Amino acid sequence: MFDYATLKLIWWLLVGVLLIGFAIMDGHDMGVGTLLPFLGKDDTDRRVMINSVAPHWDGNQVWFITAGGAVFAAWPLVYATAFSGLYWALLLVLFALFFRPVGFEYRSKLPNPAWRKGWDWGLFAGSAVPALVFGVAFGNLFQGVPFDLDDSMRSSYSGSFWALLNPFALLCGVVSLSLLTLQGATFLSHRVEGPLQRRTILAARVCGVVLLVSFSLAGMWVARMEGYVLESIPDVRGVLTPLMKEVGRAPGGWFANFNNFPQLWIIPVLAYAGVGVVLASIGSGWTLLSFVASSVACVSVILTAGVALFPFVLPSSAHPAVSLTLWDSTSSELTLKVMLWAALIFTPIVVAYTSWAYRVMAGKITRDYIAANDKQLY
Amino acid sequence: MINETVVDLSRLQFAATALYHFLFVPLTLGLSWLLVIMEAAYVMSGKEIYKDMTRFWGKLYGINFALGVTTGITMEFQFGTNWAYYSHYVGDIFGAPLAIEGLMAFFLESTMVGLFFFGWNRLSKAGHLTVTTLMALGTNLSAVLILIANGWMQNPVGSAFNPVTMRMELTDFAALVFNPVAQSKFVHTVSAGYVTGSLFVLGISSWYLLKGQHVEFARRSFRIAAAFGLAGTASVIVLGDESGYSVGEAQHSKLAAIEAMWETEPAPAGFNLIAIPNEARQANDFELRIPYVLGLIATRSTTEVIPGIKEIREKNRQRIESGIQAAIALEGMRKNPQDEAARAAFMAHEKDLGYGLLVKKYVEDPRQATPEIIHKAAMDSVPRIAPLFWSFRVMVGLGVAMLALMVVAFWHSVKGSFQDKPWLLKWALYSIPMPWIAIEAGWLVAEYGRQPWTVFGVLPTHLSASSLSVESLWGSIAGFVGFYSLLLVAEMYLMFKYARLGPSVLHAKTA
Repeated sequence: MFDYATLKLIWWLLVGVLLIGFAIMDGHDMGVGTLLPFLGKDDTDRRVMINSVAPHWDGNQVWFITAGGAVFAAWPLVYATAFSGLYWALLLVLFALFFRPVGFEYRSKLPNPAWRKGWDWGLFAGSAVPALVFGVAFGNLFQGVPFDLDDSMRSSYSGSFWALLNPFALLCGVVSLSLLTLQGATFLSHRVEGPLQRRTILAARVCGVVLLVSFSLAGMWVARMEGYVLESIPDVRGVLTPLMKEVGRAPGGWFANFNNFPQLWIIPVLAYAGVGVVLASIGSGWTLLSFVASSVACVSVILTAGVALFPFVLPSSAHPAVSLTLWDSTSSELTLKVMLWAALIFTPIVVAYTSWAYRVMAGKITRDYIAANDKQLY
Repeated sequence: MINETVVDLSRLQFAATALYHFLFVPLTLGLSWLLVIMEAAYVMSGKEIYKDMTRFWGKLYGINFALGVTTGITMEFQFGTNWAYYSHYVGDIFGAPLAIEGLMAFFLESTMVGLFFFGWNRLSKAGHLTVTTLMALGTNLSAVLILIANGWMQNPVGSAFNPVTMRMELTDFAALVFNPVAQSKFVHTVSAGYVTGSLFVLGISSWYLLKGQHVEFARRSFRIAAAFGLAGTASVIVLGDESGYSVGEAQHSKLAAIEAMWETEPAPAGFNLIAIPNEARQANDFELRIPYVLGLIATRSTTEVIPGIKEIREKNRQRIESGIQAAIALEGMRKNPQDEAARAAFMAHEKDLGYGLLVKKYVEDPRQATPEIIHKAAMDSVPRIAPLFWSFRVMVGLGVAMLALMVVAFWHSVKGSFQDKPWLLKWALYSIPMPWIAIEAGWLVAEYGRQPWTVFGVLPTHLSASSLSVESLWGSIAGFVGFYSLLLVAEMYLMFKYARLGPSVLHAKTA
């Protein structure tokens, strides 16, 4: 059906689709969790916020789980090298995520205010920490990660956890946190009403502006940064390992793809347009439009980063030649084919029943609704 | 050289997180079908009490489910964080069922669980029953795919080593999916979950009956649980036997260790009911034997011989020597891909490559493997006997005890005479922990019994771990165990509280 090189390219796109799916779907419930302690003035308000995502957050989180599984299946070396190297960063995300299933499920099972407040902060940590760390991780990709591979493909990591939290990476963390919080705020403004909705609109405006500023600053920083350039690689249709190529570094190297194919500039432009539409529409009652526009921003911001890094997936600052790229760190042709079939069959089914679930649960969540269904709701 | 402490701590962390995860999964597997049965009874009979049953047991299901999800997140990422070389070496095969699990099963389960809890007033009766059924289906499909992945670690089929990429690669996806070890493991494991769900409902219902509370509710729950539990227990035991048969075929070393069978004996071999194994002497200090039984179960014949531990170690010693040749030839090929002599030597010894890697626990360069090192590696090639021998017997003993309970409970449930039999109700109540103990012991048999391999005969455990520091591992073990334990306390507290409140919680104004 496809040759090996095309399959490799398709899998780069599919991992991107999963990340984007994660940002749009899990992003909005993480955004709601991040806003929970700030916008929810009393217990009922906070329950309104929680119940706007209660039926869906678990399904949404599977985008994250599946992205992990897909990276394992399609890019085993990336899965192995990135997660063992960035050990404490990934563990931090996992520990934060632990708060979510129990936070949602247990919070309202007891009336004790301290119990509920505790879980509210748990839900906040479980939402804000991963949203921040994902950006920090992307920031470190641009700078290169200090790892090496020996000739048996065993990876070793020579950096520290604290070095990951450098100013550029933290700026990227602000991008991802404001992006996902914007996603949450636009979703909430669609699902709630009254004073809570007014606070949500304000939050969306703040997040939109923070996103525009941080995204622009990160772009300017990347323009001056030393990027990675693939200098030579054997035929990408063949079976490759990361030890077969030459990689150089050049200032502004991360802009090479945009400069070579200027039509790609449409992607970051769409990010600005998406946020612009959010800012223009958020107060006008076109709440669904705001959410869609915010989702467009999610797509464009992630694609902008992906296109800049292309074909690199995990650049190595310790030994640039062993950087992992989509051409030389993938699974075998058969595995990519089998997985492509699985993705082609199941992704539409997932999208179909997820949409159905949202339709079933559609409508505003109100304070009266919470009061009337006290025992049934989170 | 790989730090042995790092390997041991990585194993400890994996065992701890997997065993924690598996405190919650079996109950989810079993309760989900019980919810389907109860709700189907509601839809067909229209009786509100069945709806109350679905909702009340569903509440307990939710309390348990949350921790299943929490501990499950770790499992998806821990191969990368702590078993990086494993992930590289076999990710081409092992990653696929994990990713498909997400796409095919976990999405379904997680989307439907939301509608199960919040869709009662928004879906038709049949619509909600469909949601509950899809939720149970998703849960069980998850188990299929995870056990396909695990079955491959036990019996690696449909794959081959690629010397260019230095890893195992998929050659036959159908062989991976229809791996006989995966099939029997799947049914054995989900049935164990069905028993867990049944005993949970049976035990708590018995408690209500003993206290004379929620009598009608508890009677109906008891009956459903007894019937489903009897079917589940029978299935666990039959498929346990089937597992025994596949274990015998795929992993002689596991079987011999489970049985503490040091010597090869004439077929059919006897079964050690009790034994005190002595590793130093390679013999049992004491044993109580039933003749013929083991041979019949493991080979289903009266003539096939089962190899004893000593014979397995001797065979493995020969395979290690052959595998060392494969490892040396592989290095030659990597240095010079045109080296035809090395290629020929590799082809001749390729099937023993994994055995050759066993000596890397003691020497970096396989050429330097002395006869003493080869002897040590051969001794390592069978796991320690006592933990396996005893955890297997705990598992089987509890299985038989649960079968007895389920037979009696079902008998009295058919006769309708169970609610005035306090001895039976107490028996059911105090048996609630049994399936959990049996399941954790079963995990140990399956996974500890696979040692010294992560992938049997292919990749030794000590090569599989990530290159992490000992401090990092102590830190993460403390983090996981501490965090999980706190969450477990919260879970148990809510579980007891809601079980005590009983179904009246559905209609009460305040809890």
